[in-house]
Amino acid sequence: MAREYEVLYRSMYRIRCFEETVLDNFRRGLFSGTTHTYIGQEANAVGVLSNLLENDIVFSNHRGHGHYLAYGGDLRALFAELMGRASGVCGGRGGSQHLHYKNFYSNGVQGGILPIATGMALAEKFKGSGAVTVVFLGDGTLGEGVVYEALNMAALWGAPILFVLENNRIAQTTPIELAVAGNIPARFTAFGIPNRELDSSDVLEITPLAKACLEEVRKSSTPRGLTLHTFRFGPHSKGDDSRPVEVIERLRRERDPLMIHASRLPAAARKQIEAEVEVEVMTAFQQAQADPYPTPSEGTQRAEAEAKSIV
Amino acid sequence: MTTVLDALNSALHQAFADDERVYLIGQDLLDPYGGAFKVSKGLSSAYPERVITTPVSEAGLTGIAAGMALRGLRPVVEIMFGDFVALIADQLVNHIAKFRWMYNNQVRVPLVVRTPMGGRRGYGPTHSQTLEKIYLGVPGLRVLAACTLQAEGTNSQPAGPGELLYHAILRDDDPVLFIENKLLYTAAIQNRESMAEFTIQAIPVRESSNRVRALVTEDYAPTYTLNIQGAPSPHMTLAAYGYMAELAREALARLAYEHEIFGELVVPTQLAPPRAEAIVASARRTGRLLVIEEGSLTLGWGAEIAAQACEALGPELKCVRRLAGRDLPVPASPPLEAWVLPGVDEIVQLAKSMV
Repeated sequence: MAREYEVLYRSMYRIRCFEETVLDNFRRGLFSGTTHTYIGQEANAVGVLSNLLENDIVFSNHRGHGHYLAYGGDLRALFAELMGRASGVCGGRGGSQHLHYKNFYSNGVQGGILPIATGMALAEKFKGSGAVTVVFLGDGTLGEGVVYEALNMAALWGAPILFVLENNRIAQTTPIELAVAGNIPARFTAFGIPNRELDSSDVLEITPLAKACLEEVRKSSTPRGLTLHTFRFGPHSKGDDSRPVEVIERLRRERDPLMIHASRLPAAARKQIEAEVEVEVMTAFQQAQADPYPTPSEGTQRAEAEAKSIV
Repeated sequence: MTTVLDALNSALHQAFADDERVYLIGQDLLDPYGGAFKVSKGLSSAYPERVITTPVSEAGLTGIAAGMALRGLRPVVEIMFGDFVALIADQLVNHIAKFRWMYNNQVRVPLVVRTPMGGRRGYGPTHSQTLEKIYLGVPGLRVLAACTLQAEGTNSQPAGPGELLYHAILRDDDPVLFIENKLLYTAAIQNRESMAEFTIQAIPVRESSNRVRALVTEDYAPTYTLNIQGAPSPHMTLAAYGYMAELAREALARLAYEHEIFGELVVPTQLAPPRAEAIVASARRTGRLLVIEEGSLTLGWGAEIAAQACEALGPELKCVRRLAGRDLPVPASPPLEAWVLPGVDEIVQLAKSMV
């Protein structure tokens, strides 16, 4: 059990350390474009994705670094992607929100992800592969109509998919009270999709609940919902947090998944993990910084040629 | 007589028979109805497990097809009316057309979205549009348009509309928006034998251009040229696609027999990325270019083709004109609709004014 606790802590700490490195160095101009960090929500990604089997599929969203790292994605490739380097997950073409690695996909436009993930789940069902799909969405995405088209069709056709709704109670700067009417679980159950709900930042509560959901999806080959009430501690993007500092400080004291889980580890073991992860993250960060930028390569030029007609 | 509808329906049946990765997804597809325009007839009886009839959820079902395509299937989406492609814009632009490139070529999205466009049936402003122009110029999305013409080209180039659809479904690894003008469905396939008064030629897809265009599956969509049988060399190029090519063919005959104006009609089946080579080559010979489309005039397909011809030919091009639908919604009332959409008379008049 101690070994398993350490694995979970290491995985969460790796996400935290990655995201803090990103935020710190964005200010120093070492990253380009934009980013949406996962600080405060680490237990969700780690808890859910620690139950995946090898062929399972994950579809993530704009706030996807934590999902990608918990899935097993490479740190250096993610740093490099955020820096627009050739060694990035997608060669620097996608940036923070557009990642693809093995069976992990993400896109930065909200809502449309859900039917695509549902189609993936159906394709695996038709092929008889046994793979299930996990798709992550936030409370903000509940405002997109296509979400409900996807839930309806997933239920109609028995798509083996787990909808993980991370309700961090704020969409960019808009609090949930101004954006979401009614109740969230009812959005799943209205379509006949059973939903489990948890208000916790404890990875030891999230992991077994996600496991139960995924087992049901696998066994029944039908969709399930998992609503995780959570908090993000960082800004929506980089410096756009409109919440009072005291609120964030209180959340960090009460709902930090790392603090909650750290108390279960012997101090020496915890410190060793942290030191190791910090070296791992820093090494990846430095390597990515030294990686070359992509040049408008053959592929890019072909794409441009494709867009034009060569007369 | 084989109609375009027959050809498309047979192509779908053949694709289903040849490859079990082919699925059909859309609204009201099940027999005996077989889709609103019957293009999908018989498929749900022959392949019940691969025909998915859906709720009224265009964006959602297109997204589902995208997911299926990303995971190795070859879905065909039927959007009941072309007007409804507005509902799938996010899926086409921000998801389907993006994945291959933004994931650094690690994935393919082999899907075909088929949809009927066009007016002249009195369906009114939201069921009569020719909306493909809003999807021309989306990098990563190929837009094809069926026409009645059929002629063998070189290599394995598709000969007619059925072969073109089959090729898009099974041989193209990238997403395709496949436009079918409604009036084509009942129109007969036209080939050398059926068109005594015309000569037809399928321009071979240029191998050289394929090499630089390798990001998207290589070109395969044919361009046809039509000339009046036994006419002197043409002094005008008409370019049109889809059902407008039918009207342009009629106009070509009238111009020749009634006005002794000899034109060459060039009919591409790929609208985007635009393939203007054959049109430009013809205009180089004739010195005059009339570009014709049913969609509204402003910022349309014809504007792009005209611009490319001007860039390529400069002063060699003596005269270039566009004929298109008026920049108005398509009215339901028959005489109003006929006034908004371009017809044979307008083509003849405009062509006469160019010589």
